[in-house]
Amino acid sequence: MILSKFYRNTFLVLLLSLVLSACATQKAVKIDSKIQGDVYTGTDSVKYLADGVKDRVFFATNESVLTTASRDTLRKQAAWLRKNSDITVVLEGHCDERGTREYNLALGERRANAAKDYLMTYGIASDRISVISYGKERPVDSGSSPLAWSKNRRSVTVKAN
Amino acid sequence: MKKIKYLIFILFITIPTKSFSLIEVDITRGNLNPLPIAVSPLSYNQESRSALEKELKIEDLGSEISKVIENNLKKSGLFNPLNNDAFLQKPDIAHLKPRFEDWALIKAQALLTGKVDLQDEKLRVEFRLWDVLAGKEMLALAFTTVPKNWRRVGHIITDKVYERLTGEKGYFDTRIIYVAEEGPKTKRIKKLAIMDQDGFNTKYLTLGKELVLTPRFSPTNQIVTYLSYFRNLPRVYILDIETGIQEVVGDFPGMTFAPRFSPDGKKIIMSFAKDGNSDIYTMDLENRIVERITNHPSIDTSPSYSPDGKYITFNSDRSGYQQIYVMRSDGSKTKRISFGNGLYGTPVWSPRGDLIAFTRLHRGKFYIGVMRTDGKGERLLTENYYQEAPSWSPNGRVLIFYRETKSGDQGEGFSAKLWSIDLTGYNERLVETETDASDPSWSSLLSN
Repeated sequence: MILSKFYRNTFLVLLLSLVLSACATQKAVKIDSKIQGDVYTGTDSVKYLADGVKDRVFFATNESVLTTASRDTLRKQAAWLRKNSDITVVLEGHCDERGTREYNLALGERRANAAKDYLMTYGIASDRISVISYGKERPVDSGSSPLAWSKNRRSVTVKAN
Repeated sequence: MKKIKYLIFILFITIPTKSFSLIEVDITRGNLNPLPIAVSPLSYNQESRSALEKELKIEDLGSEISKVIENNLKKSGLFNPLNNDAFLQKPDIAHLKPRFEDWALIKAQALLTGKVDLQDEKLRVEFRLWDVLAGKEMLALAFTTVPKNWRRVGHIITDKVYERLTGEKGYFDTRIIYVAEEGPKTKRIKKLAIMDQDGFNTKYLTLGKELVLTPRFSPTNQIVTYLSYFRNLPRVYILDIETGIQEVVGDFPGMTFAPRFSPDGKKIIMSFAKDGNSDIYTMDLENRIVERITNHPSIDTSPSYSPDGKYITFNSDRSGYQQIYVMRSDGSKTKRISFGNGLYGTPVWSPRGDLIAFTRLHRGKFYIGVMRTDGKGERLLTENYYQEAPSWSPNGRVLIFYRETKSGDQGEGFSAKLWSIDLTGYNERLVETETDASDPSWSSLLSN
C-alpha cells in the first residue's frame, strides 16, 4: 500500500517534470533565437551601411549599456567610417512603448550617446556624429510583445550626407 | 509679455438675492447619490428667438444651452439632470416663480431656470438656481456676450451652479490642449489640437508635418509650450493660440523637452539633454536668462512647479530607477518621495498644492495615482495596460490622462484615447476626441 503510493507519487513527479521541461525547452528555443538576456539578437529590422556593417544596436529594458555584440557592430561601423572619411552620421536613439514619454526621450538620447561614445573611442571625430532621440515615437515593430519591444530598443546609425 | 484679451468681454450683473445655506454637494467622497437637478430650458420671447436663429442658425438656442449645462453636470458625476419630458411648468413661468411642489413631485432637489435675449446684437443670459425643497432662490446672475459664444455661456452657468452647490470653483469653462494622432504606429502623424473641455470646438494648431509632443497650457491660458521636431531638431517651443505665432525657447545645443510654465507664466522649466545626460533648466521668457536647476549624471526630467513656485517635483533615475523627487525651486534640498515597488514618472503638482499626481509602472501595469507632497498617503486611482501623463483640472478635483491599448503583431487594435477620473477614484470617463489623442493638458478657467 505504502509502496504503491510511493510509486504513484514518483510517477506523478516524473510526469510533471517531463511536462515542465517540455514547456521550458519550447520557450527557450523560441526566445533564444531572437532575444538574449532581454536584448534583441535577430536581424529582422537590421539594414547594412556596407557589406557586413550592421546599422543598429539593441538594448535591454531601461538600459543603455552596450552588449558584446553591439560593441562588435559599432567597431565595424567605426572601421567603415574611418575608410569613408567624408561620411557623417546621425545616431537615432529609440525606446519601447512601455515607458513614460518624457523619460523615454531622455533614455533614447542616452542610448544614442552610448553608441556615439563608443564610435569616438575608435577614432571617429565627434563632429561627424550627431545624435537625436525619438523616445518611443518611432517604433520599427508595431506589435505589443516582448519581441517587438526588444526590436524597438535600439540606436540606429544613419548616413547624414 | 503682451497681454492678449482672449476672452470676449463677459459682463456679470448680480441680481440681488438673499443667500441661505441650503443644499450642499460633498465632492470629497465618491458620490453614489448624485443630486437630482432639473435644468429647465432657457426661455426667450419670439423676437429674440427668431433673431438668434437668424444669427446662429440654431433653431432653439435656449434648449441647446440647457443641454450644454446638463451634459456638464452629468459628466461631473455629482449631479443627476432629470429628463425634460417630466417637467410640468413652462420655462418662462418657472423662471419667474417656480411651483416648487411640481418640481418636488419629479424628485428634483435643485432647479435651474433662465432666459436669453438678444439686445444690441449681444446675447444676454440670466439664470436662477432654486432649492426646491426649501422653496428658495439660491443664486441669480445675468451676463452678456457675443452670440457665437453661446456654448461658453452654458459652461459659465455650470461653473456658477457647481460653485454654489459644492463650495468649490468649477472647471467647465476651460479647454484641453492635446496631441491628435493618426496613422499606423510606425508612421504616426501628430498634431496639436485644442477643444472645449466637453469635446466641442476642436481646432488643429499644427499641420502634422513635424512630430509634436507634450503641449502644456500657460496659467495665463492663451499660450502653450510644447516639444516640436521642426527641421528634425527636437526643441521646446511656445505657441500663441490666438495669433498663431510660434517661437523656439529651448534652442540649446542638444534636445530640450518636457516643458512646463512656472505658476506666474513667466518662465519655462524643461529638460535639456546633452551627451547622454538630461538635466533641468529654466528660461525666463522676458529676459531669456537660462538657469541650470539640477546637475546630476542621471536622467532628470518631467519637472513641475508647486503652485506657489517655491518647489519643483521631477522625475529622476539617480537611484537606479525612475522615481519622484521634490526640491526647492533653486535646485537645493532634493528629496526622494516615491518608495513603492516599480517605477514612477510624470509627477504633476496639484493646483491646490497638497498632492502630486503621477504614473506608476509595476509588474507590467500602469497606474495613475496621487500622493502627498512628502510622498505619504499614496493612492492609486486607476490601473490599465498603458496610461500616463495626468493633468489636473483647475480646481484640483479631476485628472485627465491618456491610455493606449495593446496591439497585435501588425499594430492592429492600437488606439490612444483621453480619459478622466475624479480624485476620489470614481467617475472614470472616456473624453471623446475626433481622432486618437494623447498628452492632454487642462487650461485654467477662461473667465474668472
